Amino acid sequence: MTTVLEHQLVLDCKNLLCPMPIIKLNAAIDQIGVGHTLVMFATDPGSQYDVQAWAKQRQHDLVESKKDGKVFSYVVRRMH
Amino acid sequence: MFDQQKKRRIALVASKGSLDMAYPPLILASTAVSMGWEAAIFFTFYGLDIINKHKLGALKVAPIGNPAMPAPVAAFPMQVPNFLGVLPGSTALATSLMKSWFDKANIPPLSELIDVTREGGGKLYACTTTMGVMGVTEEDLIEGVDCRGAAAFLDYAADADVSLFV
Repeated sequence: MTTVLEHQLVLDCKNLLCPMPIIKLNAAIDQIGVGHTLVMFATDPGSQYDVQAWAKQRQHDLVESKKDGKVFSYVVRRMH
Repeated sequence: MFDQQKKRRIALVASKGSLDMAYPPLILASTAVSMGWEAAIFFTFYGLDIINKHKLGALKVAPIGNPAMPAPVAAFPMQVPNFLGVLPGSTALATSLMKSWFDKANIPPLSELIDVTREGGGKLYACTTTMGVMGVTEEDLIEGVDCRGAAAFLDYAADADVSLFV
């Protein structure tokens, strides 16, 4: 269980649809240091699969993927 | 190591210039560059309108011949007979309707997806044959577009992992 404060960056992508959450996530990952994490919030149900696919293609680490009501949250660690 | 891997590549053809058909190639290209892929879109025939600076902001969607187009008023969900699409103003109505859906869903304008694609290193190719046929010059096109023929696009697409015609 992580809290928002543990992360270097909080990215709010709620009420955004594909492709914007991935475009914003990709821009945000460069804002944090290598080895650090960001937390992203989204409401697009497709983001569950898109964030995973993005992390695989970009070779970053999707540390945590959760759903709370209609809001999804993802913790991503910058790996390189 | 990440940097030593060969990048994946997507080669897209955008052949249609209506508002609804302009989005898919740009959504795919902007997502691809965001995933670290190389991406190029070859804009041909009416697809060339997407990168024509006089037309980009004014792309339309026509209800005629499009049975998927819903009734313009949600409270009156009767399917509008398709032949009514010939009436003056129906294309403008359908276009403003679709733009209102996009606004409500926070979908960015096409120009923003073009910017994301270019900033991510994606290439925008204008089909020179179409330019000749339609009388479009390089000055009519948005900044940063390269004018190419089919052979140059195929040379790029030959090394692509994904190729799609839209």
